[in-house]
Amino acid sequence: MVTTNGKAPTLVVVQLAGGNDFMNTVIPYSNGLYYDYRPTVRIAEETILPINDELGFNPNFGALKEMYDAGNMAIIQGVGYENSSRSHFRGMDIWHTCEPNEVATEGWVGKTIRELDPSGDNSLTAINFGRGLPRSMVANGATATSIGDLDTYGLMTGVQAEQQRTQALDLFQRIYTPAIGTGPVQQYLAQTGVDVLRGAEILKKGIAPYSSDVEYADNPIAQSLRDVSRVHIADVGTRIFYAHHGGYDTHANEVPTHPKLLGDLSGAINDFFQDLRDHNASENVVMLVFTEFGRRVQDNHSGTDHGAGGGAFVIGDRVNGGLHGAYPSLNLKDLEFGDLRHTYDFRGLYATLLEQWMGVDASPIVGGTYEQLPLLSRA
Amino acid sequence: MSGTDRELVAHLMRRAGFGATQDEIDALAQREYEDIVEDLLNPERFTAPEEDVARRYWIALNNPDGPNYPAYWIYRMVNTKRPTEEKMALFWHHLFPTSAGKSSDPPSSNVQIETFRRNALADFETILKDLARDPAMIYFLDNSDNHNGEPNENWGRELLELFSMGVGNYTESDIKNAARAFTGWTFTQPIPLDPYARYPSEFLYLADDHDDEEKTFLGETGSFNGDDIIAIIVKQTATAKFLSRHLYNFFVADEPQVPAWDNVPPLDQDAIDTLVKAYMESKGEITVMLRALFNSEFFKNARFKKVKSPTELVVGTVKIAGGMKFPEPGHTGMAAATAAMGQGLQLPPTVEGWHTGKEWIDGGTLTERVNFAVNQLSDTSADSTRKLVESLSAGGTASPTQLVEACVAATGCTNVTDETRSALIESATPEGDLSFDTEAATESSAARIASMLQSIVSSIEYQFA
Repeated sequence: MVTTNGKAPTLVVVQLAGGNDFMNTVIPYSNGLYYDYRPTVRIAEETILPINDELGFNPNFGALKEMYDAGNMAIIQGVGYENSSRSHFRGMDIWHTCEPNEVATEGWVGKTIRELDPSGDNSLTAINFGRGLPRSMVANGATATSIGDLDTYGLMTGVQAEQQRTQALDLFQRIYTPAIGTGPVQQYLAQTGVDVLRGAEILKKGIAPYSSDVEYADNPIAQSLRDVSRVHIADVGTRIFYAHHGGYDTHANEVPTHPKLLGDLSGAINDFFQDLRDHNASENVVMLVFTEFGRRVQDNHSGTDHGAGGGAFVIGDRVNGGLHGAYPSLNLKDLEFGDLRHTYDFRGLYATLLEQWMGVDASPIVGGTYEQLPLLSRA
Repeated sequence: MSGTDRELVAHLMRRAGFGATQDEIDALAQREYEDIVEDLLNPERFTAPEEDVARRYWIALNNPDGPNYPAYWIYRMVNTKRPTEEKMALFWHHLFPTSAGKSSDPPSSNVQIETFRRNALADFETILKDLARDPAMIYFLDNSDNHNGEPNENWGRELLELFSMGVGNYTESDIKNAARAFTGWTFTQPIPLDPYARYPSEFLYLADDHDDEEKTFLGETGSFNGDDIIAIIVKQTATAKFLSRHLYNFFVADEPQVPAWDNVPPLDQDAIDTLVKAYMESKGEITVMLRALFNSEFFKNARFKKVKSPTELVVGTVKIAGGMKFPEPGHTGMAAATAAMGQGLQLPPTVEGWHTGKEWIDGGTLTERVNFAVNQLSDTSADSTRKLVESLSAGGTASPTQLVEACVAATGCTNVTDETRSALIESATPEGDLSFDTEAATESSAARIASMLQSIVSSIEYQFA
């Protein structure tokens, strides 16, 4: 697939860690049950930003509502899977591997990287911003880069003398040349070392010319998305970016903490797309925002416990904005152990993005055929 | 008296502690292996690190709200004469990961680590009972919001899933009933402490807020309170197995990640059986389990079978370089370094803790590991280089091969492959033998020694413990 700016379609994945409370993000504000279930952890009706007569955004989602109103944001309602895990670990693992029944080692992004770059020629094909690769990006033979601090990324950067540094890097390259007969972990280390060497050189050159009029906020998700923007604009062949936003495990004290997270997220995404548009680099970017589960329908008088069905967002110039799927029923008889029952399988969402956007055959990646949504319009 | 092989001593000290210097290994190698193990398992035989000195230099430590505890903890790991005590405190932090990031009360987070240290080698029942009363944990898993009639399951669930038995050994109903048994377990609001912040919180039991009705838990029925739940948990073979596998993964060899444990068998079932037996026979005495572990053949044969954790890499490298022996500036950089490598102490990524083994490594963390180790060994006046200058100059000159062998020994990186060894020797060959006959020659040889040490600690082999 080619986009009108002539660049390859690119996916930005934003992972909300801890289980975002979908009911307080996209709020069923005209449903009396919402107020019955949420005597404490509720959003005041008059502050909600209406989407239609039934649903409205959290008041801190104003920046994203602008994108929604412009038709660039799709809300995928009721996303989840059968017998949803209430464990963070397992729940995130299932979202990462598309495998609800057994523990798998390969992630959906990793498998996609392998399709995009089968011989691992460009270690920058996929970049994670954060410490440690998420399981979703791991697959045998897939190379991915993980960057803690984009500005200091590189090896032996503390060795001052240029000649000495060059010698050290040469020796490093030789020691890290993958050798036959060593163990799989040693070989993985060797490949990682070689990838880092090459990737760091390319990135350093690529990001140097970046400048922007957008002033990103000083919070982790805004800074991560700024780094995504810098690398995307550098045009070094990256097709998938991965960023994290933590803190969504709001068992307690949800009323002040959750809206703050949503405000940071919403502002960061809006700034990010503004930055891309300013650089004529937005048109080939689609963003997926997901979380491992929604939260319990009934509040616990301070926060909400782990739930099941939740929601995701897909954002970008080429996205068919609006509401997709069905908001899960709040009727007591329809709940799954007190949680929203999912109305749409998350693997269909991945398949939609993989086939309609990335141009990759989805079924081997998500493990079967799932209903896709009309989320993306081709040029 | 035959003493102990130096390589075996080095292995034991890397695993049971954070590595040892060449001098320490020389001294320990004079002794019998089992005696060294007993010293490690009886930390009270050695004086504890003195905190006062650190506090006089690092004034910020006196601010209990300051974020300096991880840096101080690393300083302790470097200098303690009781390495297994400190290593086990780290183990409990792995098993019961509590993030200070969620808490607004750092003093309680620090008290938690002190509790882990005090209980380093206690029995598992004591450890869990103290954990259940730990204000940082109570806050982290919301047990302070677990009320009679309005249970909050967070603590009850993780106690079973992550802290004791593992998935597949209990039902959702056991979780609900465990949560009910811990209703009313909360903490006091911290008292302000002028001019600095506040005192740590303390455990508080509110009988009024406790659900005293009958509960059924793991097949037993009674009006259980929290301690009853823990007493039932520690009797379970599932608990013995889960804890044994954690100890094996931490001290012996890298296992798959924890969520795979209920359907992927252990790497070494016999080893787990040995540890389970030690647990069941001793009623969960950690000392008994570790004695069985360190004295076993499976442990002695597991050299370099583990990827070093960031904390092991940082502390081990600082020890090799001879740094941080005094409360000198730069300690906060040590804590920042482990965090950049993926292991922020008191900042685990989630309640599931850190993924270990191969998962410590990706492009970003490998970069951090290499750069940290290289920077630590850059100073030619550091112990690491100074001692090698001493030993290599004793022979007048030293060949490139002698240089490499001495540096390999000094870094404890005796697992270097033949290929790596040849690459190192070849890199040192163009400059010829090291000489020490003039001050300038000694200086230039010292620089070459430092560079060689840097190359070794940036190698693949150095990533393994």
